[in-house]
Amino acid sequence: MTAAPLAGPAPAAPAVRRRHRPTPRFLLGRAVLYLLLLVFLVPTLFPLYYAVVGAFMDPRELSGFPAPLLPTGLHTDNITGVLNAVPLVRMYGNSLLMAGIITVSQLATSSLAAYAFVFLRFRGSAVVFALFLATLMVPGEATFIPNYLTIGSWGLTDTFAGLVMPFLAYAFGTFLLRQSFKQFPRELYDAARMDGMGHLRFLWTVLVPLSRPALSAVGVYVFITSWNMYFWPLIITRSTDMQTLQIGLNSLKTGEASNPGLLLAGAALSVLPTLALVIFGQRFIVRGLTAGAVK
Amino acid sequence: MTSTVTATPSPATAPPRRPRTRETALAWAFLAPSIAVFALFLAYPLGRTVYLSMHGNDIIGRPNRFVGLSHFAEMASPEFGRVLLTTLLFTLGTVVPGVLGALAVVLLLEGVIRGQRFLRGAFALPFAFSVASASVIFVVFYSSGNSVLNGVLYRLGLSQVPWLTSQEMALWSVCITTVWMNLGYGVLVLAAGIGSIPREVNEAARIDGATGVRLARDVTVPLLGPQLFFLVVISTINALQGFGQIHILTRGGPSGSTTTLVYSIFEEAFAYSTSDFGRASAQALVLLLVVLVCTAVQFGVIERKVHYA
Repeated sequence: MTAAPLAGPAPAAPAVRRRHRPTPRFLLGRAVLYLLLLVFLVPTLFPLYYAVVGAFMDPRELSGFPAPLLPTGLHTDNITGVLNAVPLVRMYGNSLLMAGIITVSQLATSSLAAYAFVFLRFRGSAVVFALFLATLMVPGEATFIPNYLTIGSWGLTDTFAGLVMPFLAYAFGTFLLRQSFKQFPRELYDAARMDGMGHLRFLWTVLVPLSRPALSAVGVYVFITSWNMYFWPLIITRSTDMQTLQIGLNSLKTGEASNPGLLLAGAALSVLPTLALVIFGQRFIVRGLTAGAVK
Repeated sequence: MTSTVTATPSPATAPPRRPRTRETALAWAFLAPSIAVFALFLAYPLGRTVYLSMHGNDIIGRPNRFVGLSHFAEMASPEFGRVLLTTLLFTLGTVVPGVLGALAVVLLLEGVIRGQRFLRGAFALPFAFSVASASVIFVVFYSSGNSVLNGVLYRLGLSQVPWLTSQEMALWSVCITTVWMNLGYGVLVLAAGIGSIPREVNEAARIDGATGVRLARDVTVPLLGPQLFFLVVISTINALQGFGQIHILTRGGPSGSTTTLVYSIFEEAFAYSTSDFGRASAQALVLLLVVLVCTAVQFGVIERKVHYA
């Protein structure tokens, strides 16, 4: 490793190319650093590695003891097995549809609400915003029983409507978009209004396109959290056809005799969309997730 | 739709009252969808939870008699005490190692010169896993028949661990899974915090001779204070709400050793063919209270920070 910039107090005069010989102490420090990183990195990546490698193992080898740790070939038995065991494609569709509806709806409701808080003056604006923030403090588990009863009394148990309704609006998006809208140049807003542009048109044709980074952050965050939802889909769905992917994964685990190959293949297949989001959309995720931290 | 709002005449001639009321109406119209959802699925349920918590119910959970606070009085039992203790241990067992682990990772990453971004991305990968997908992998890792982890221990010549089958071990096994799931998030939050530390601060410290451990201890960690605090609070709230991993790995067992507050609520209300919504609602209110206290602490401290900044 070339570690010149750290080797001495060089940064004061970067123009002078003085190469310090790394001292033994420095090299030792580097070795310890990388060793420690490895100690953390291996357990972090092992479950991911094993889900992929295990999914392609021969089911019999995987069930042996000790289970193999290295790839043993490219067997597709587990993949086909999991597709036969549960309607995985259907569950994928359910999850996509559920997360998609919730994401689009929250983006719409949050944009409208944030717009009202930033651009429209009305009595009680501060109080209503405080109430919005207060809703964030209520854990879903504290409301699931009455919501379950409400959805049931409307006859919507085991339907898409029942699955998504409680999550069509959430104050986190409003909070984040309000921060972003506040930074919108006021002159642009005044100019648009002066030209007679209506609020809805301004929101849709000017503000939304210019707020894409914030909207993406909210969208990615909402999509991942609703894609990963567990408690609510577990209690509100009954039939296999309505179950989301997460609940389907649980049903793969049937008692003690669960087939490890099916579980690993199911996990590997189910994680693809969010893995893609984490790898390619990381900057949006960071912005969405840390909004509260760097306030 | 838009025509009603675009019809504002030139602002100079318009009477000042009309547009204001129009703006108010529009504001409420924009807020209406959110407020409707919050009223139906948040405010009303909270009231109904209070109502249910003070009522007894028949075998399928329909309230049939007023019982006052007796559901809350019942909580002074050894069984519920055990649930609270399990919740506390689960919270400590996930928050402490989770936050310290993420901190260690980002501090180590600070020392890496090449490939820092790549490594950080690698550490963030567990974030992609849902509770269910992570738990299912750990079912394979822990399972009593052909446990992958026991296989690794066996190869290393170590004795085997009864991951999910022993009452003493099961809770820690669930904690390990949770810490793994949350590590990616912690790394992302703290890395963002480190990124916001001004370059000059680090350079000044280096010129003063602070490197490695001293730089981390005296400069980086104190400056990460707000993010660390945020992470502790969020992890605590997440731990209090942790459900999927318990449901998939242990179903609260063996013999109730992994039954936390949330899992207990689920068990009372939904796990079996009978539903005790009254008791479950009382426990849900306890959960709400604990989470509210945690959030209030967060807001209090952040407010102070903002005030002094």
